[in-house]
Amino acid sequence: MDLAYGPEYEAFRAEVRAFIAKHGAKAPRRFGVSRPSEETQNWQRLLIEHGLTARTIPKEYGGYGAEPDILKSRIIAEEFTAAGLPMGIANQGISMLVPTLLELGTEEQKKKWIAPTLRGEVVWCQGYSEPGSGSDLASLQTKAVEDGDDFIINGQKIWTSTAHAADMIFCLVRTEPEAKKHEGISYLIFSMQTPGIEVRPLKTMTGHAEFNEVFFTDVRVPKKDIVAGRGQGWFVANATLKHERGMLGDPNQAGTRLKEITDLMHKETMDGTRLIDHPVYRDRLVALQARVFAMQFHGLRLLTAAAKGEDPGIARLIVKLQGCELNHQLAALAIDALGEIGVLYEDSPHLRAQGAWQHRYMFDLGLIIGGGTAQIQKNIISERGLGMPREPKPAKA
Amino acid sequence: MEFGLSEDQKLLQESIGRTLEKVSPLERVRQAAEEHAAYAGDVWQALAGLGVAGMLIAEEHGGMGMGLLDAALASEMLGRHVAPAPFVATAVMAPLALAGAGSKAQQAAWLPKLASGEAIAGVAVSERAAGAREGAGVAASSDRLTGTALFALDAAGADVFIVADKTGGLHLVKGDAKGLTRIALTSIDLTRPLGELRFDNVEAEPLSAGDAGAALKRMVDAGRVMLAADTLGAGWAMIEKAVAYAGERKQFGRVIGSFQAVKHMCAEMAAELEPCRSLVWYAAHAFDTMPDEASLMAAHAKALTSETGRFVARTATEVHGGMGFTDLVGLHYWFKRIGLNRQLLGSPERVRHEAAVLQGWAAD
Ligand SMILES: Cc1cc2nc3c(=O)[nH]c(=O)nc-3n(C[C@H](O)[C@H](O)[C@H](O)COP(=O)(O)OP(=O)(O)OC[C@H]3O[C@@H](n4cnc5c(N)ncnc54)[C@H](O)[C@@H]3O)c2cc1C
Repeated sequence: MDLAYGPEYEAFRAEVRAFIAKHGAKAPRRFGVSRPSEETQNWQRLLIEHGLTARTIPKEYGGYGAEPDILKSRIIAEEFTAAGLPMGIANQGISMLVPTLLELGTEEQKKKWIAPTLRGEVVWCQGYSEPGSGSDLASLQTKAVEDGDDFIINGQKIWTSTAHAADMIFCLVRTEPEAKKHEGISYLIFSMQTPGIEVRPLKTMTGHAEFNEVFFTDVRVPKKDIVAGRGQGWFVANATLKHERGMLGDPNQAGTRLKEITDLMHKETMDGTRLIDHPVYRDRLVALQARVFAMQFHGLRLLTAAAKGEDPGIARLIVKLQGCELNHQLAALAIDALGEIGVLYEDSPHLRAQGAWQHRYMFDLGLIIGGGTAQIQKNIISERGLGMPREPKPAKA
Repeated sequence: MEFGLSEDQKLLQESIGRTLEKVSPLERVRQAAEEHAAYAGDVWQALAGLGVAGMLIAEEHGGMGMGLLDAALASEMLGRHVAPAPFVATAVMAPLALAGAGSKAQQAAWLPKLASGEAIAGVAVSERAAGAREGAGVAASSDRLTGTALFALDAAGADVFIVADKTGGLHLVKGDAKGLTRIALTSIDLTRPLGELRFDNVEAEPLSAGDAGAALKRMVDAGRVMLAADTLGAGWAMIEKAVAYAGERKQFGRVIGSFQAVKHMCAEMAAELEPCRSLVWYAAHAFDTMPDEASLMAAHAKALTSETGRFVARTATEVHGGMGFTDLVGLHYWFKRIGLNRQLLGSPERVRHEAAVLQGWAAD
C-alpha cells in the first residue's frame, strides 16, 4: 500500500484547487432531479473542459480524453467535497446510459448520444420497471413487435424517474415472447417525443412528482436503435445496473453530507448549548463519521481494483446497500439534532437548509428501494458474494 | 394482579375506532392535508360526541372524568387513522394545566367548552419540553408576555392558549389577544397544525391557583404518553398494511410475503412494536396512580415508541417497494405522523437524558 500522492499529484491537486478558487462561485447551488438549468450546463461544460468530469471519456465523444488515473479522480473528488461544490451532473443518462453505450453501443450511437448527454443537453430516463415487474424485472411485459424496419411498442412502465423532463428513454422491451424470460428482452433507445408515449406524473411521499407512469401505444421505433442486438437486453441492463448501483452508494455524497451536518451541529443550539457539545448527538456524529471514512476508503479500494483489472468480489456488491443506508442515517441524525425544526417542510419559517434534510430523509428511503431493494441487495450479497444457495423456486401450480 | 384493559375500555376504544373509520377515512385525511386545514371540524365534532374531547375533564365541568389510560387508548386510535384532530393539546394537555393550576373561574370559563368540543386550546410548551432553539422563549412580567414560542400544538384553530414562560410559569392567553401573532409552521405532517406564537406585550392570565411547575410537568408527561400511543397506533396500522400488501403482491411467481426476508421484516416490526403497547399502558396507568414513576415512564414510553416507530415506518414502506414511496397508497401519512411524533415534546435523546436525570444518573 502506498498512500503518498507524490509530487506529480500534488501539482495536480494545486491545479484543482486553483480551478475551484477561480471558478467555484459559478457552481450551481442546487442540482434538481429534472432538467439541468443553463447555469448547471455551463458549469458542466467548464468541468469537462478542465477534465474534472467525464475525464476519461474519449474526446471524440465529448469527454476530456485523459488516461484513467484513479488518484487524479480521487483528488478531484476530495477537493470538490472539501469545498462543498457539486461535481457535475449526476443523472441517469450520464451515469448509466453513457457507460453502457461506451461498452456496447455502435459507433453511430456513441457519436450521436454521448457528447450531448455529457453536457446535460439531452436528458434520459430509464424505462425498466413495470407495475408487475419491479424486483422481478425480467418478468417485464412491454411488447415490441417487428414491423418492417421498425419495432412497434405497447405496454406500460412505472416509477420512471424524470420521464416528465426527459428527451430520451433507454427502455427494456420484450421482443421474443416465446423465449425464456431472461432471453427475450431487448434494450431500445428512443425519443420521448415519439407519437404514442404518454407520461403521467406520479406524486411521491415527498409531495413532489419525482417519477412517472409511462404508457406506450403503438410507439414506432427504428430497429437500428437497439443496443447490442435482439434478446441481449437483460445482459445490457445488468451492465447498466452495475453503474446505477455504484452511483447510488456514492461515498462522496456521504462525505458532503457529513460535512454539512458537522457545520449544522456547530451552529445549531438547544437551550443555548451547541449541538456539537451534546455528548449524545456528538457520539452519533462521530460514529457515522467512521462509517463515512470506511466507505470512502472502500471506494478507493474499488477504484484500485478496477484500475488493476481485479475483481473486487464481495466488496463491490455491498456498495449500494451500505451507501444508501449510510446516507439515510446521516439525514436521520440531522433531523434528530434539529428536533422539532427537523420536521418543518415546504415554505415554513425556521427551515434549515431549505428543508433539505427532511426531503433527503424521505428521498433516501426511495433510493434504498429503487435500483434494487435492500432485500434484493442482501440476496445478491449472500448468493453471489457468499455463495449461499438460491431461494427455492415455487412449485408449479 | 391484572395487566390489561377492562371491558369498558375495550368497548370505548372500539367505538372510537369505528367512528374514525366512518368520519376520517384516508380520503378525508388527504383532503384535510391538502387544504392545510387547522383540523377537521367534522371529525372533531364526531369524536366530541363520543366524549373524547372531555375524557380527562371532570364531570362537574361536563367531561367524562376518565384516566390517562383511557386517553391513551383514544390516542392510539387517532394515530391508527391519522385523524386530523386537535387531541393532544385540546383534550389532554390544556385540561390538565387548567385542572392543576387554573383558578375556579378559569376552569369554569374553559373546561366545559373544551369538553363539548366547542373550543380548541393550543399549548405552547416546546421550549420547556423539547429545548429552546435560538431566538425562542417567552418572558413574563406583570401579566404580560413577550417573546416567541415555537411549535405550539393545535395552534391554528385555537381559541385559547396555555403558554409556558422561561421560568416554567403557566399562562392563559386568549386566541384573539392584542399583540399576539400566530404563524403557521408547515411540517411534514399536514394533519396536525403547528404554530409559532409571537407575543408583543400580550395580556395573559397566570395559571397560579395551583403549583404551575407541577402542572407543567404533568401536562408534558401526559402529552408524551399521548404521542407514544399515537405512534403505537400509526405503527400498527403500517404493519397491517405491509402484511396485507405482502400477501397480495407477486414477484418471481409468488407472493412476496412468502419470502423469508419479507416475513422477517414484518415479524421484526411486530416484535419490536408490541412491547411498546405494554409500556404505554403502564406509563398511562402510572400517571394516574403512581406519581413517583409517572415522569420516568412517560419519558421511556415516548423514547422507545419513537425509535420503534421510526423503524416500523421505514420498514413497512420498504415492504411496499416502489409503491410505498408513491402518494397512491397514502402510506406516507402514517410515516409522517410517526416522524412528527418523534420530535414533538422532546426527541428520544432528550427524553432519555431526562430519564437519566430522574434516576440520579446525570446532572440536569
Ligand atoms: C425513488 C425511486 C426511483 C425509481 N426510478 C426508477 C427509474 O427511473 N426507472 C425504473 O425503471 N424504475 C425505477 N424505480 C423502480 C425500482 O427499480 C423498483 O421500485 C424496485 O426495483 C423495487 O420493485 P417494486 O417496487 O416492484 O417492489 P417489489 O419487487 O414488489 O418489492 C416489494 C418488497 O418485496 C421484497 N422482495 C421482492 N422480491 C424479493 C425476494 N426475491 N426476496 C426477498 N424480498 C423480496 C422487496 O425487497 C420489497 O421489500 C424507482 C423506484 C424508486 C422508489
